[in-house]
Amino acid sequence: MKKITQLMASAAFLGATAVNATELEVTHWWTSGGEAAAVAEFAKAFDATGNTWVDGAIAGSGGTARPIIISRILGGDPMGATQLNHGRQAEELIEAGLMTDLTELAEAQGWKDLVNPPSLLDACTFEGRIYCVPVNIHSGQWIWLSHGAFEKAGLSVPANWDEFVAAAPKLQEAGITPLAMGQQGWQQNLAFGTITIAIAGVDAWREVSVNRNADTAAGPEYTAVFEAVANARELAKGSNVQDWNLATNLVITDQAGGQIMGDWAQGEFQVAGQVAGQDYTCLPGLGVNEVLDTGGDAFYFPVIDDADTKAAQMALASTLIAPETQVAFNLKKGSLPVRGDIDMSAANDCMQKGLQILADGNVLPSGDMNLTADTQTQIEDLMAEFWSSEMSASDAQARYVDIIASAE
Amino acid sequence: MSDSEMGSSPEPAEPFLSVRPKNPGKPSGLLRNMSAKLASIPMILTTMVVFVGGTIWTVVYSFTSSKLLPKLNFVGLDQYERLWSTRRWLISIENLAIYGFFSMIFTLVIGFTLAALLDRKIRGENIFRTIFLYPFALSFVVTGLAWQWILNPDLGVQNVVRSMGWESFTFNPLNDPDIVIYGILIAGLWQGTGLIMVIMLAGLRGIDEEIWKAARVDGIGTVKTYIRIVIPMMRPVFVTALVLIASGIIKIYDLVVAQTNGGPGIASEVPAKYVINYMFRAQNLGQGFAASTMMLLSVIIILIPWAYLEFGGKKRG
Repeated sequence: MKKITQLMASAAFLGATAVNATELEVTHWWTSGGEAAAVAEFAKAFDATGNTWVDGAIAGSGGTARPIIISRILGGDPMGATQLNHGRQAEELIEAGLMTDLTELAEAQGWKDLVNPPSLLDACTFEGRIYCVPVNIHSGQWIWLSHGAFEKAGLSVPANWDEFVAAAPKLQEAGITPLAMGQQGWQQNLAFGTITIAIAGVDAWREVSVNRNADTAAGPEYTAVFEAVANARELAKGSNVQDWNLATNLVITDQAGGQIMGDWAQGEFQVAGQVAGQDYTCLPGLGVNEVLDTGGDAFYFPVIDDADTKAAQMALASTLIAPETQVAFNLKKGSLPVRGDIDMSAANDCMQKGLQILADGNVLPSGDMNLTADTQTQIEDLMAEFWSSEMSASDAQARYVDIIASAE
Repeated sequence: MSDSEMGSSPEPAEPFLSVRPKNPGKPSGLLRNMSAKLASIPMILTTMVVFVGGTIWTVVYSFTSSKLLPKLNFVGLDQYERLWSTRRWLISIENLAIYGFFSMIFTLVIGFTLAALLDRKIRGENIFRTIFLYPFALSFVVTGLAWQWILNPDLGVQNVVRSMGWESFTFNPLNDPDIVIYGILIAGLWQGTGLIMVIMLAGLRGIDEEIWKAARVDGIGTVKTYIRIVIPMMRPVFVTALVLIASGIIKIYDLVVAQTNGGPGIASEVPAKYVINYMFRAQNLGQGFAASTMMLLSVIIILIPWAYLEFGGKKRG
């Protein structure tokens, strides 16, 4: 009896809120200072459409937040919208019919023509239908160099990876760790991926990561990669930090020469009041192959059987990709916008480099789009072990080949 | 309390205590204590459905190639083959074995020694008991973080010893792949021995004073009395302690996550962490299920000797 009245009360309550502006709970894992400021831009734009953004930030990285988000969707308690990295992470959720189809909206607004690079939208497409809105582009192929550290060692700032490696002994003599590296698998994996593209080149990388060709992974290009990574491991000896931003801090405070990290590191330099090109230099693709992958974030909308909610979801979807929101959000986030037709002249030196590469079309699909989470975890485990042990380059390569050969 | 204990005691006591059924012609098997049996039905159902059912479901799906969602496409032993050829799993098992072996021995030895010392009717027993038991009130996450700081070379033990003048002192287990598991072991022991000590102490208090008097009359030393007389008498207490420690060992997860998160590299990974990682982060349920089935197997291997000791032992005693 009591249960029933409770149920009725809550139903009445739900009904009451639905009459007002629709509240949409949005989950994401943008919790650091710059990220939170960027999300606030989304919330502001969405609230302006007459709906209400209910912030569902989940602290911790994507690795922490993703299982929570997925289990909520699977457990029948879906949120109104959620951040995920586009790619294969949501594939099975879409297959199970748990994600809202956005194809009609996308066609009405012509997303196909305005999203640049088009691979972003492809990653949102499953069997010809569109299921997510890309909101930004993040790329991992950057090395961040400290001007101060190189000055201390009496060197000029290197222009590419080879010069960096050549400068390393001098840095060590000056008591500077050449390469800052957070001791976490994903960071070591990111460095590996970046070095791969620089050393093996785009074709070999594509053959392995996209076509999953184990023969190429066993070939001479990748042997060179693993030797370079083994060398990088020596350069990173002595940087005993865990989190990526602590490693970035080593670069900011001139204790380390450089760090291989994604463009989100830029936020740290900005917070520290450093100026690109003056206090630090960024080299996309390690200055060797100026290509960027186009990973990033996208929003998915779980299926909720309610007309008002659905309308609010569509409103949010079109807000996220609107030109004004894109500019406001990406300037704060330090990421690149997903559309090529907007004015980003306010962006700094490093972002301009990124925009230029995008405009030239030198882009690669990101790891999330090519390999399943399972395969990526295996590679990450391998890299975590490789970087923290004395494993030889050839052993690591042999095991990498096994993983690629068994990848789906 | 004492009534119910007597109710389950050996046969001869029964006629005095059990209520005879009103109808003397009816056999007194199934219907005796009806209300108690009815009351336990929900728990029995929960156990059957949640534990047994869930276990069977997990084992069945460990033979499939389920990824993010469970699907019934059987692949035979593929998941197990992959599991046992994965280095991370082998390291996890090795770590669990090291941690388990030392944790078992040291927890029992330290726990019993502390309990025996407290049992000597020392002054301030309450204070010591509280101090030793206190770490157990902390969660593993807090324990892990606290010991991460204590073992941090720049802040913790190493720094303190160096600042006392021993400049070359090096103690940095959490950043050394070869000994990182011992760093976790220290934290685990610090957290866990208090509880075992209290259980041992309760067992020691249960030993009849007469036995001590008899031992003293016979001129047997204190230590010898403990080892030869008291410990054999405390067998049930030891069995309980053993099961508690063993289950704690197998499910170790949060301590590692908080203290090292499996690092450096994958040097301090443990099986439970493998299961969680592969089920949720790698979105490979089949692999996670296969790993958890292997963990279940190890629990069963521990459980069977225990059941034998506990239930097989009663008959003899």
